[in-house]
Amino acid sequence: MPRTPLEPRFSVEYLSILDSDGNLDSALEPDLSATELKRLYRAMLLGRRLDERMVRLQRQGRIGTFAPIKGQEASQLGSVCTLRESDWMVPSFRETAAMLWRGWPIEKLLMTFAGQLEGCQPAPEQHDLPITIPVGTQLPHAVGLAYAAQYRGDDVVVMAYFGDGATSEGDFHEALNFAGVWHVPVVFVCQNNQWAISVPLKKQTHSRTIAQKALAYGLPGLQVDGNDVLAVYAATKEAVDRAREGNGPTLIECVTYRLGVHTTADDPTKYRSEEEVREWERKDPLTRFVEYLRKKNLLEDGLEQEVDAEIAAAVKRFEAMAPPDVLTMFDHAYAEKPPELLAQREEVASRLRSPDESTAAPESPPSPPMRGQRKTSRWQN
Amino acid sequence: MAKLNMVKALNLALLQEMERDQDVVVIGEDVGVDGGVFRVTEDLHRKFGGKRVIDSPLAESAIIGTSVGMALYGLKPVCEIQFSGFAFQCFHQIENHAARYRMRTQGRFHCQMVVRMPYGGGVRALEHHSESEEQFYAHIPGLKMVIPSGPRNARGLLVAALRDPDPVIFFEHKALYHAAKEDVPDEIEALPLGHADVVREGRDLTIIAYGAMVRVAREAAETLASEDGAECEVIDLLTVSPLDRETIVASVQKTGRALIVHEAPKSFGPGAEIAASIVEGAFLSLEAPIRRVTAYDVPFVGFARERASVPDVGRVLAAARETLAY
Repeated sequence: MPRTPLEPRFSVEYLSILDSDGNLDSALEPDLSATELKRLYRAMLLGRRLDERMVRLQRQGRIGTFAPIKGQEASQLGSVCTLRESDWMVPSFRETAAMLWRGWPIEKLLMTFAGQLEGCQPAPEQHDLPITIPVGTQLPHAVGLAYAAQYRGDDVVVMAYFGDGATSEGDFHEALNFAGVWHVPVVFVCQNNQWAISVPLKKQTHSRTIAQKALAYGLPGLQVDGNDVLAVYAATKEAVDRAREGNGPTLIECVTYRLGVHTTADDPTKYRSEEEVREWERKDPLTRFVEYLRKKNLLEDGLEQEVDAEIAAAVKRFEAMAPPDVLTMFDHAYAEKPPELLAQREEVASRLRSPDESTAAPESPPSPPMRGQRKTSRWQN
Repeated sequence: MAKLNMVKALNLALLQEMERDQDVVVIGEDVGVDGGVFRVTEDLHRKFGGKRVIDSPLAESAIIGTSVGMALYGLKPVCEIQFSGFAFQCFHQIENHAARYRMRTQGRFHCQMVVRMPYGGGVRALEHHSESEEQFYAHIPGLKMVIPSGPRNARGLLVAALRDPDPVIFFEHKALYHAAKEDVPDEIEALPLGHADVVREGRDLTIIAYGAMVRVAREAAETLASEDGAECEVIDLLTVSPLDRETIVASVQKTGRALIVHEAPKSFGPGAEIAASIVEGAFLSLEAPIRRVTAYDVPFVGFARERASVPDVGRVLAAARETLAY
């Protein structure tokens, strides 16, 4: 018996609509209204400005370690904007712009990175998970949410975010496999930002694309220019619609770049060149979108000041908050506190009541440096 | 009332709770059409269908990970990990997520889910099929760790675990699955979690055990009564965590002597926590050092040597006699 090629032949496409030089493929241009385009741009700008502000807040010691998103605004907003409020969003830890779009108040994001769990508490009707830090482990949760929604007969799509590094984790593969077998409404959005801390994509995978990994699990995979908000929108809209119609999951690889540090505890000059960063700065997702909007006469004066004022007001509210009540740390370990936990709570309560300062609960000391942290050679964000 | 072994009793708990509550779903490897490798989920697939009794792909992490997602949505998944020795492939999903979601989101989300795992030795099984690893789960804040010792309490505890709003790790000893039959009431019965049972009253020595070691402890207690005239109190923990310190301390205050029996290795095992709790709560009542009879601090020894490592009546008797004579 001869060897025969299997049908269908698998293929992976790359989608770009508005390139870094501002060239537009008008045949593929998505049908977005002026209001939608303006809203998208405002969100991208807010994401960028808040990101820069948060890096400064960390440098000043006003929040803890933070993972900036600079350069990934189009990947996040072009995708998240295709969800309905009733849909679910499952972030990793670098999705500030997507979280803002989903209604997370700036104060909560600041609280999260200031070490307060209240920052990770979604609002009562909000269908978002909080950030997940162990890489890739949130992906099976997204599949479970989608399974549960399908089980209940709810009209829900789940969108899950992760980076290129996560695609080496077992949970990524298990999640895609389960999603494929169960045919559940999940859209996996990989922000391939080229670097997992210091490890470049070529050391992360021998695959030519991340998108093609979907094919092994029987799902469609598509690679898009992740700095092109129109392409990200078009690709995810198609995937979300497909999921909503009962046609299963999709993997979308957004090819983008982390212009800033991995986290504020990282110094990228150790592992990547200035030239590389400058080359990607030329592909900045905001720059080309501004030009696109300018041609459509949709740029608004004073938007930057308006966004900055919104951030400043939120920072002010955040800093005016009373320090967290330490006793509440016992409230959410279990639905009901076991006797030992009640005793431990009482121990803290009595220390807090003690007039003797030497036995009272101490103020938190300044944060020690994280593993791998070193003095940054510049305040790169 | 029917006479059931532990497998049938657990099956009855699942069946009745699934009939009562649409949100209960079962997921695991071979739990559907096959009814589970130990038959605990027998017939559930036929009765409730493949959407509620899910034959999952073979991946422990995604079994727990997707169950966390289902629980966050409001379902109540019952996951079966085929053998507790395979659970390290999903340990991060249990520790990082199932145990923490309530805390992380300050009560906005929680994981009402049960992870069932067969554990323990004595069934002539290969490596990863005979270990006793409850200490890992008992140590994790946010989890409950439950181990029944017989058909009736297995059924009652599983019902309670399914209704508990917090994630419960539920260990089932393989050697107990078919060991004995007990009368199990037809109507649903739930036993409270976090409460130990005094299964034999005595004044001379408290023996604390759980799971398959309860039978060993009781047999030793009967021998001590008939041969030594010593009356041992035997406590069946039922819930390892949160530990019922009150029952343990009250007993040792009465007897002044304590012996702990478990199948997990000795160092840093549940016995250490139980002993510390006794010292904290009954120090002045103690007449003798607290003793532990446990598996030795070695990895899996192979079933050809297993009887030398897993505590048996002889080892419990020897330790008890030394404690009584101290």
